[in-house]
Amino acid sequence: MTEGKENHKLLEVKDLRVSFFTPAGEVKAVDGISYDLDYGEVMGVVGESGSGKSQEAYSIMGLLQSPGKVIGGSITFEGQDVLKFSKEEMTAFRGSKVAMIFQNPMTCLNPVYTVGNQLVEALRAHNKTISKEDAQKRAMEMMEMVGINNVEKRMKQYPHEFSGGMRQRVMIAMGLICHPQLLIADEPTTALDVTIQAQILELMKDLQKKTRMGIIFITHNLGVVADICDKVSVMYAGKIVEQGPVDDIFYRAAHPYTLGLLRSMPRVDAENYERLIPIEGTPVDMLNPPEGCPFAPRCEHCMKICLKKMPPYVEIGGNHRSACWLRVLERLNGKNQDKEGNADGNQ
Amino acid sequence: METSEKNLLEVTRLRKYFPVKGVKGPGVQAVQDVSFSIKRGETLGLVGESGCGKTTLGRTVLRLYEPTGGRIVYDGSVLYDNPLGSDGKPLGKASAVNMLPYRRKMQIIFQDPSASLDPRMTVGEIIGEAIDIHKLAAGKADRLDMIKELLSRVGLNTEHANRYPHEFSGGQQQRVGIARALAVKPEFIVCDEPISALDVSIQSQVVNMLEDMQAQLGLTYLFIAHDLSVVRHISSRIGVMYLGSMVELGESYELNRHPLHPYTQTLLSAVPVPDPQLSRTRKRIVLEGDIPSPMNPPGGCRFHTRCPYAAERCSQEVPEFKEHEPGHWAACHLLES
Repeated sequence: MTEGKENHKLLEVKDLRVSFFTPAGEVKAVDGISYDLDYGEVMGVVGESGSGKSQEAYSIMGLLQSPGKVIGGSITFEGQDVLKFSKEEMTAFRGSKVAMIFQNPMTCLNPVYTVGNQLVEALRAHNKTISKEDAQKRAMEMMEMVGINNVEKRMKQYPHEFSGGMRQRVMIAMGLICHPQLLIADEPTTALDVTIQAQILELMKDLQKKTRMGIIFITHNLGVVADICDKVSVMYAGKIVEQGPVDDIFYRAAHPYTLGLLRSMPRVDAENYERLIPIEGTPVDMLNPPEGCPFAPRCEHCMKICLKKMPPYVEIGGNHRSACWLRVLERLNGKNQDKEGNADGNQ
Repeated sequence: METSEKNLLEVTRLRKYFPVKGVKGPGVQAVQDVSFSIKRGETLGLVGESGCGKTTLGRTVLRLYEPTGGRIVYDGSVLYDNPLGSDGKPLGKASAVNMLPYRRKMQIIFQDPSASLDPRMTVGEIIGEAIDIHKLAAGKADRLDMIKELLSRVGLNTEHANRYPHEFSGGQQQRVGIARALAVKPEFIVCDEPISALDVSIQSQVVNMLEDMQAQLGLTYLFIAHDLSVVRHISSRIGVMYLGSMVELGESYELNRHPLHPYTQTLLSAVPVPDPQLSRTRKRIVLEGDIPSPMNPPGGCRFHTRCPYAAERCSQEVPEFKEHEPGHWAACHLLES
């Protein structure tokens, strides 16, 4: 254990690169992403399927499946380099310091063991000294904490006897039973109905306030992000194209992809009918990504340089940054003229 | 349009039960006495949570599932008629017509495009099959022209006709599914969750395409989805289903501004809004518990076990589905007192 964890952020990821070496070629699933997360913070990771948002999380947990490999960058957790962990250290780290909950709770629970059994097992795997009775008690407390009634009876039931929402509660209880400092939630509400999603989101917000853990919340639903996250990273083709505090992302989006996502979603509280403005084109073929900015072929503001070079990050202010040549141009043209300057004219 | 006031589809007290082996009683009561009508050229949206019977209702309307009771009238002709008495038993024998001529007019787009396209047929064969069955093409050249025209209509390349479904992305596969449905020049299409399997940035492309098709071809849609924001966007009217029953039906903006049924109110408040400041202040009604099993639904109002306003009467009497305001229907005892 490192002393004085106050000096460290909970999690710092720097220039992380994950590649999959497939027979058809290298797929850069995560291509140089950086972010940090503090205690008690919730970071949303938004992106389409194949944007690398799950692989990035798996690499923190050391759960990358072959042929996936971390090929560069660093992951620092409370000052420790996660990528340098031995197998034993990783096993101890996983589950006790970092926990993960998945999209489909049914496939993550073992159908032939009772729910109580699995909760106790999760606890005793990391806490070898705890007695069976105490573990049982802790498991029941956890189940109560996540809002499961009738705990004594429920402990003896099997996963199939639980509804989808209840199973996700069990998964959350299992994830939190060792008091992790970081919870990675990979699309935890995507498979659930809206009313059940609302229950789970309320529960997660509540638990997060109580435990001060950091949460990485992976989702494609911007509504959920607005509801639960403090900050957001928007991913496209393995890169973070924009990141910043949640309000900046929603009200002052600075990347055409983020803007496109926001504009293409119908809103339930819209007053009048407005035709949707879709993002044209199809998601990137990760085997043959385009040169330059990966979003350029679909971008309505695409310029010559976009097809040649990946834009650098531009700080827009207050931890809000975006990788887009439009913002670079704005910077070059000087902020003294017009802050809302339209860079399109400079093509 | 003078025909626009005419109802294209009328459904009265439609019921669909699925018998369960080894279990006494009616089995799974998937659709329970649902009535609605759709005008020509209109889009009726159906929302509800998984297991509420919205897909079953869509398929029963097309008689892909044979109804257990009720009446379906399409464009003036009765497709199925089996009126039920007050005890739920059929009064006479069910009368049903041969559906083949109607299959040309009534089509469906399925949720999962990769599962609903035969992997061993090329896209041209998939679309051509529908043309062949209904003998719509005058000859080989005509058939090919029709396939090409359909593909370009849904935004695909005409050369794509020789490719197999796995060579396409999810969004493109769904376009093939739409082309297949359009191949027989239908009037009415059941869209069963046509966009929920697609990526966010692709969803709006398909929604816009469905809207364009409707405008160009004068189509009538029954649009089924669990995403209330999308349904609200595309539909002129919305029906809300809970556990097999329709609890509310109304004009889509009216239903959103002024929901009558407690379940609709909950559903609306549970939909996350992509607006952080609003979601901090917005009050959310969180329901207790889970949806009961449709094998053994609660008596009285089916929502009473989770309803925050449930009174004694709600567990005993089934509320009547009534028109409370012009064009705005709901089934709730609260609205009557």
